[in-house]
Amino acid sequence: MYKVAIIGSGPAGISAAAHAAALGMSHVLLEKTDHLSDTIFKYQKGKHVMATPANLVLRSDIAFEAGKRETILGIWNRQLRVENPLVPRHEGPVSDFPVNVKFHAEVKAIRGTGDPIPGSVQQIVTRARDGSRSVKEIQRHAPPYAIELTNGEVVMAENVILAIGTQGNPNRLRCPGADLPHVQYQLDDPTEYVDEHIIVIGTGDAGIENARGLAEDPAQRNTVSILNRGTEFPTAKDANVKALLADHEAGKLTIRFESETKAIEPGWITLATRDGEVRIRCDRVIARIGSAPPRAFVEECGIEFTSEDRGAFPKLSPVFESTAPGIFVIGALAGYPLIKHCMNQGYDVIEFINGNTALKPADEPIIAAKFAGLPGKRSTEEWLEFLRANVSILNGMNPLQMREFMLDSEVRFFRAGEVIFERNAPGSSLFGIASGSVAVEVNPADPSITVPIGTGSIFGEVGLISGRRRGATIRAAEDTIVVEISRLAALKLQSQVPAAKKTIEQISIERQLLQMFGSGLTPEDVAPLVAAARVEEKRAGEVVIAEGAEDKDVFIIRRGSMIVEKQIGGRPVFLSYLPAGSYFGEMAAIDGSARTATVKAAIKSEVIRLPGEGFLALLDKRPALRERALKDMAARRATNAFIESRKDSFSSAVDLYSETAQFLVDNGIGEATDVLLINETLCIGCDNCERACADSHDGLSRLDREAGRTYAHLHVPTSCRHCEHPHCMADCPPNAIKRGPDGEVFIDETCIGCGNCQRNCPYGVIRMDAKPPKKPSLLQWMLFGKGPGPGEAPYAWRKKAAEKEGAQKAKQAIKCDMCSGIDGGPACVRACPTGAAIRVSPDKFLTFTKLTEDVE
Amino acid sequence: MASAAKQRRAQAGPGRFSQDERRRDSDHVSFLKHRRFRWLWIALGLSAAAIIGYALIDQEPRPNGGSWYGYTLGTIGLALIVWLSLLGVRKRRITPGAWSLKAWTSAHVYLGLALIVIGTLHTGFQIGWNVHTLAYVLMLLVIASGIYGVIAYATLPPALSANRREMTRAQMLEALGAIDRQLEAAAQPLGRAEADLVIAALGQDPFAGGPLARLTGRYPFCATARALKGLDQVGSADPGAAERVRALLEKRREQLAQIRGALRIRALLEIWLFVHVPLTIALLAALTAHVISVFYYW
Ligand SMILES: Cc1cc2nc3c(=O)[nH]c(=O)nc-3n(C[C@H](O)[C@H](O)[C@H](O)COP(=O)(O)OP(=O)(O)OC[C@H]3O[C@@H](n4cnc5c(N)ncnc54)[C@H](O)[C@@H]3O)c2cc1C
Ligand code: HEM
Ligand code: SF4
Ligand code: SF4
Repeated sequence: MYKVAIIGSGPAGISAAAHAAALGMSHVLLEKTDHLSDTIFKYQKGKHVMATPANLVLRSDIAFEAGKRETILGIWNRQLRVENPLVPRHEGPVSDFPVNVKFHAEVKAIRGTGDPIPGSVQQIVTRARDGSRSVKEIQRHAPPYAIELTNGEVVMAENVILAIGTQGNPNRLRCPGADLPHVQYQLDDPTEYVDEHIIVIGTGDAGIENARGLAEDPAQRNTVSILNRGTEFPTAKDANVKALLADHEAGKLTIRFESETKAIEPGWITLATRDGEVRIRCDRVIARIGSAPPRAFVEECGIEFTSEDRGAFPKLSPVFESTAPGIFVIGALAGYPLIKHCMNQGYDVIEFINGNTALKPADEPIIAAKFAGLPGKRSTEEWLEFLRANVSILNGMNPLQMREFMLDSEVRFFRAGEVIFERNAPGSSLFGIASGSVAVEVNPADPSITVPIGTGSIFGEVGLISGRRRGATIRAAEDTIVVEISRLAALKLQSQVPAAKKTIEQISIERQLLQMFGSGLTPEDVAPLVAAARVEEKRAGEVVIAEGAEDKDVFIIRRGSMIVEKQIGGRPVFLSYLPAGSYFGEMAAIDGSARTATVKAAIKSEVIRLPGEGFLALLDKRPALRERALKDMAARRATNAFIESRKDSFSSAVDLYSETAQFLVDNGIGEATDVLLINETLCIGCDNCERACADSHDGLSRLDREAGRTYAHLHVPTSCRHCEHPHCMADCPPNAIKRGPDGEVFIDETCIGCGNCQRNCPYGVIRMDAKPPKKPSLLQWMLFGKGPGPGEAPYAWRKKAAEKEGAQKAKQAIKCDMCSGIDGGPACVRACPTGAAIRVSPDKFLTFTKLTEDVE
Repeated sequence: MASAAKQRRAQAGPGRFSQDERRRDSDHVSFLKHRRFRWLWIALGLSAAAIIGYALIDQEPRPNGGSWYGYTLGTIGLALIVWLSLLGVRKRRITPGAWSLKAWTSAHVYLGLALIVIGTLHTGFQIGWNVHTLAYVLMLLVIASGIYGVIAYATLPPALSANRREMTRAQMLEALGAIDRQLEAAAQPLGRAEADLVIAALGQDPFAGGPLARLTGRYPFCATARALKGLDQVGSADPGAAERVRALLEKRREQLAQIRGALRIRALLEIWLFVHVPLTIALLAALTAHVISVFYYW
């Protein structure tokens, strides 16, 4: 029986194990692979590992500073007294620890072996594909815990530290023979196999890359087939699919469409295909069919998550203890993906288990600094409690959550009259008022007309939800303390505290109604509508209103955007584009007619559905509002009528407009805020835009002019669209991706180069590269031909120059920042000699005139 | 976080938002039409004024570069030429500020054309075999090449775009590489004579053929075309294989045609700069000689 069993040897796990060893605590470190730190082990060779945040002190017995993957793993191996021939041995002195590591120890279940804990029942909700839910209940048992390994062994421990990261497990095949030894779920080195018949299952990026790697060198004489369940490649990158198809055509490998595995035997595989079953030679199966997040396993251990949200983390106490007493969760699995955080928590959790509950977290100075400039002398704890108690949406948080929350948030003090934010400023953060109150300038023409918001409430939610600019200027009405919650912290908060989510939703609906219909409405006026409103999510392309239908509801676009279409002459014609913040569906409600056009989501969107009667009741009460609605309606009718009338006389122009608009929406313009468009009847292909980009940004171009799609001479190059809700931000460990003051989405210098954003951006606009050394000046180049000249230097030059300068810099993510901070705006546009390149916003560009106008 | 945002804002200076909003509402307008032909009107005005001046002002003893009016025109012309030459620098120096290369190009084209009038009037129609006339002729040649350039810029881009069919240059070469790999495999069963034809086609550098071929798009020594012709003449031992190879060669020819099309159009778009720029340098040198000699022999 161990005092503590640590599961997972990532940075969190090894730090905990080393500290346990240093304290002489009886322990075991269980690792499923045959090496330490699988996540880091799998980084690209030579990857520069970064130690962010810079201002966080490292509190661990294990050393860590920024450096090469090999160096870091080498040191860790030495410190844990582990030998691994695949990692270069680190020479030089290190302090090492008698850590008890067990490799090949994959944990499959953790059970309490003590008495049942009264009233402690874990509910596990599973959702089937068809949306149905089933609930399973587990009675928790007290420690000690029996830890079951996949090889059948059982390890007993009083405490368990779960540090398994977020990688999860690869999905397994389920057909007969799936457990045979020649079925594998990973491919480390494709050159290892020769003369084999190999079947790769799954046509995601991983499967495609594996199959291509195995077939790459004909000298290996492998016969490679890749199985695709259907006929499309929905989960793979376009470039990968193209390359795979080319290899297939070239006869290097075979893609088998509409094929699934039926059975596996040594030397053979049976496939179910459209034309029946086929049995073919097969010496090796490589299954790359995705991986399941570790959540299911964690829940089975009795650990509750904060919500059903996919992004939710386990519920933890201030000492990292989960809802299962004696099981602690740290590291990426607990929501802390940076190596430094992981290591600090490993140290702290052992201290806690050892009884030192007074230990202050290592991020204490960072959080303390956030409160430093504020009036009123309070300790960090008191400040955290002050915020938690006063801001209503924070009420449901515990102290650990408050700390984590504060890392991504700021507290600010404003004197009476000071501006908190201005109308039209970009911003996606949410504000909570901890003391004092603010005044909203609802009428841009007359700043004296304001609406108050008091202590405990929130503001700024429109920017958070819609991703659009601030709708009004807000000032402090008296001396006020607000907490500014970054978009990320706000998303986390909503997934951790369902009540906060509900409150934000309610407030945002009410405010949206007040703001949209303006003209003296009061919260009481809209109360019935708010109560009846429902938020609905719409998939890209989903129809919200169908032409000819008889329903009467009115909709507000909360996030995303919609397109309006009408069937004319048997074909759908694009009428207009509706950005977030617009409403639609009012015509049918007002005049009782059938729907005159179809409205569908341009991208994944959220709408607020308001019952038509409720909307009418509001109009009846407020004649001014009715007038406005009628005016809006008339304007829309006029646009539609204009396009319909064109259809008769200039049918081809309308078709062009309609198709071009659809093309642009398909290429992400619907979620863009600022997008580069090139007119290819003007573009002479001089690439001055790319050169200008490189010369204004550290010598690397952030745009690829030629790549990207083209329709009717309108070309959408590979360049950032500055999405309203940037996909790239979703999973950035150091939160390096932000929205800047000019509305640009930019990546700051804390980027650790993990490449997540590159994978998450659907438009392929992010590249990973090292900042090259400075070039000789333009004058030197013009007069003496020194250096590579304007634009991005060729790779060879950059490499050589970097070598001359010493070490090459780390690869980081780079992308367009809209030339933020540069007077004059985007260099690509300014540098185009012919006027082919422009950057526009969709709501201004997707109009009939702009899309059909000729240029010469 | 927010302090970083503030810092960036401070750097951005005022006006970026309104600048951006105007830009986001912009439309594709070519350099020729820039601001409703603003520079065309200015150039026409300048030329008209020069002509009227030439006609009205009594130049003693006769109109030429040495009269005060001639000096005026000469100074304007020189200033214009120096400014026109600076386009080459502007194009490559992407400094901050609300300038656009399109506006520069627009002004360059129209003011450059106005030089025909200003320069000619400056000569007072005195042409001879000297450095002064050399400068004048060089100027006209630069302008002539510029006119070709504008025509190329205005007419060729749609062809470039259509030829591209959404492919980048790298992708075109990759596609060719893919076809070549298939050809190599498919040609294995062929007889010696046929195989040699295929090997010759594969061995030929796709960029082979001089500048003339590049500009005309005609490649008389294309080994792929020759292999296709040859395959028809040589009887084959394995007709199935020969048919496959034929189809692949046909595909290769099409791919080559696309690459060569791209090369041709780009060459047509760029060739004139190889006249325009060196002659500009020669012109600047000749002008220097012209100015020095005028002052020297005052
Ligand atoms: C490409 C890439 C680059 C990155 N670069 C950086 C960087 O430069 N700087 C930085 O700070 N962060 C970086 N990160 C993030 C960082 O690597 C991870 O967040 C961190 O490793 C998480 O540590 P962890 O200890 O929580 O879990 P992990 O490091 O994921 O370790 C979990 C361990 O548990 C083992 N395990 C899993 N399940 C079981 C089981 N059932 N039984 C037994 N063992 C199990 C795994 O094999 C693994 O060894 C990067 C991430 C990626 C993907
Ligand atoms: C004496 C007069 C002129 C001089 C000295 C001159 C000089 C130059 C120079 C130095 C460049 C830069 C080329 C480069 O660096 O790539 C240039 C570009 C150009 N010139 Fe002229 N030029 C003159 C007249 C004209 C005229 C009359 C026209 C058109 C009718 C013209 C059209 C152009 C065009 C279209 C470009 C290319 C712009 C670009 O691609 O960026 N030029 N010229
Ligand atoms: S990088 Fe990609 S996801 Fe991020 S804002 Fe730009 S286009 Fe959108
Ligand atoms: S910016 Fe991209 S590469 Fe850099 S840390 Fe964030 S997600 Fe990773």
